[in-house]
Amino acid sequence: MHPLDLDAFAGCFVSSACLVTQTTSGLIIGMLLFLVAVGLTLIFGVLKIVNFSHGAFYMFGAYFALAGYQWTGSFVVALAFGAIGAAIIGLIFERFFISRVYGRDVLMQLLVCYAFVLIFDDVVKLIWGPEFKSMGMPTAFQVPPLFIAGGVVPPFYLLLIGVALGVAILLGLGLARSRLGKIVRAAAHNPGMVSALGINTAMIYGTVFALGCALAGLAGALAAPVRSMTPGMGFSVLIESFIVTVIGGMGSILGALIGALLLGLVRSFGSIGFPLFTDGIMYLFMVIFLVVKPSGLFGKELA
Amino acid sequence: MTAAGKSGINRRATLALMGAGAMSVAAPWVARAQAKTIKIGMPTILSGRVAQLGTSSRNAVLMEVEKLNAAGGLVGRPIEMVIRDSKGQPQEAARVARELVNTDGCELIIDGEASSGSFAVQEVARDLGVLCIHTCSEASSLTADPKQRIPNAFRSVRQGIHDSIAGGSYAAAIAKAKGLKKWATCSPDYAYGRDTTAEFVTYLKHFAPDVEIISETWPKLFQPDYTEIITRILQAKPQALYSALWGGDLTSYIDQANIYAMFGQMEVFAVNMADYTALTVVKNLPKGIHSGNRYIKTFPATPENAAWGDAYRAKYKEYPTNWSWQNATAVMLLNEAAKKANSTDGKKIADALRGLTIKCPFGADGTVTMRAEDQTLIGYAIGWGTTIPNEPYVPDVKAGDWKQILALEAEWKKSKGYT
Repeated sequence: MHPLDLDAFAGCFVSSACLVTQTTSGLIIGMLLFLVAVGLTLIFGVLKIVNFSHGAFYMFGAYFALAGYQWTGSFVVALAFGAIGAAIIGLIFERFFISRVYGRDVLMQLLVCYAFVLIFDDVVKLIWGPEFKSMGMPTAFQVPPLFIAGGVVPPFYLLLIGVALGVAILLGLGLARSRLGKIVRAAAHNPGMVSALGINTAMIYGTVFALGCALAGLAGALAAPVRSMTPGMGFSVLIESFIVTVIGGMGSILGALIGALLLGLVRSFGSIGFPLFTDGIMYLFMVIFLVVKPSGLFGKELA
Repeated sequence: MTAAGKSGINRRATLALMGAGAMSVAAPWVARAQAKTIKIGMPTILSGRVAQLGTSSRNAVLMEVEKLNAAGGLVGRPIEMVIRDSKGQPQEAARVARELVNTDGCELIIDGEASSGSFAVQEVARDLGVLCIHTCSEASSLTADPKQRIPNAFRSVRQGIHDSIAGGSYAAAIAKAKGLKKWATCSPDYAYGRDTTAEFVTYLKHFAPDVEIISETWPKLFQPDYTEIITRILQAKPQALYSALWGGDLTSYIDQANIYAMFGQMEVFAVNMADYTALTVVKNLPKGIHSGNRYIKTFPATPENAAWGDAYRAKYKEYPTNWSWQNATAVMLLNEAAKKANSTDGKKIADALRGLTIKCPFGADGTVTMRAEDQTLIGYAIGWGTTIPNEPYVPDVKAGDWKQILALEAEWKKSKGYT
């Protein structure tokens, strides 16, 4: 196989079937990644913590969704289980452990988070066992794919893109318009001043951390029907989320969205044109940003 | 004062050393005198990503050893298994194997390691001269390469090269019948995935020369998302797809390919599909995936095989794996060889093992043979069939032709410079 298939790459852009299929597949990859990355970036923007254990909440979301689905047979309940379950564990984690390392050395924060990556993996192993699990596609989505302009689009993925897009809009509006959003932005700027105004910053921090975890949990729950679950499954998602936040800018929601979509499209079109080098391109992007614009595309927007 | 203190410590240390020395000299003697129990050591993978396979290896060995012990043990000596976790790390596997022999006094080793670990254990066996039966490593070179081979190591495992020949021959027959000329491949990007795929393609083309590979995709091992891989394959529009994905990667891939209706658009050949670990986990198993057998209680379709699968399931509340039957076979081989040699001495058992044919529920014709020339297992049940979503999952397995497999394997060995 030739590492560079420029003919196929160019051909894809003139074929509507290829264009539609690859664009939607890029959106799918990107939107799920966005949900994980946006939590990461939100937590960093407000709490100034690089949550290295963020992938674990994606994992919890998937496993809680599996439990909810097995219990009720409803995918909506499964999604709620995933998001809420991850939020609760996130809140406990923040209150008892993360809150103790605010403002501490980054290395210290990293070590605490890494310890919990291992602990969380073992917790999942204890509860659900070490072997992999599969949830299966909910019956409502066991339907043939749609054919749009010759391209193949599975209906389940349309739902997935819709939910993620809805979350992005809600989150953006909420932060910009709502009272809580304004407090959160203020706390990100100057926590001392916010607490001087009589606002409970500890509660704000806890809420933001739980929200970030809920988003990762939602991503895990959305992915549960199509990705097998194993302890440690959060790791690969975490790495890609970091690439997204580096490109988009740590702390920026819009940056996370653009970064995630960029990554998704690079992977989907890259697999046509340069299949052996798609990961390389992603890391190359990251390195370029780290060197040329370390704050990323939209860095420091929120903070 | 200082001198006295020093000499005091020295005296105590010396006494302690003498005590320890006396213990270590005495202990083996006591053990030998007390009972004629024979200890068999087994390093295998009991934690991490492939723990399920290691556990199923342990289970199978324990089940067989229990039967043997109930019938009087290994030529009259009760067997005690000493099973340790290697965590899937070669250096740990080697350390554990050495410790099992030197410290625990194990007289035989059953090596339940995946390929990387088995080569490490092989070196320990070479060094210590202990009889070792590999039970999980499918890497052909372990026994085929004369540079690797030692007289005291055997392999009771299916082999990559056998699978590729049987798979290539089966797939070629279908390719010819259905006119499948354009093929794609999708296998994990590491040694196993690359080698198995290359060998399969070689034999597919050997039997069906007009087959053409139009697209290759190499997802990473444990990759969570295959969307771009799946859509790339869909764009290439192959008539058939070969995949060496396994375990959770294979089930993820199937779930994701399913919603693109991929299985209706091409014939899919997934060598690792027909294993209970994947069959029972995947929820919407498509009909008609071609797969090689790994362990399935309906192939060979004999009462002995079905009874063995059911007994295992009754005991452990889950189905056996590919690793299970290989480990069970190792215990059966040891027992028959020890009987033939009328001894539990490793060297004598090794002599008896060479060329030994035993009755076995997993044999293609009810027997398996430990081939003398390279001390590896042949004649085990090997075949391909298509899946259905429920039990028996692969209702009709077409058996591979061992005559053909052995003939082509001999050619392959020659081409590799092994013979």
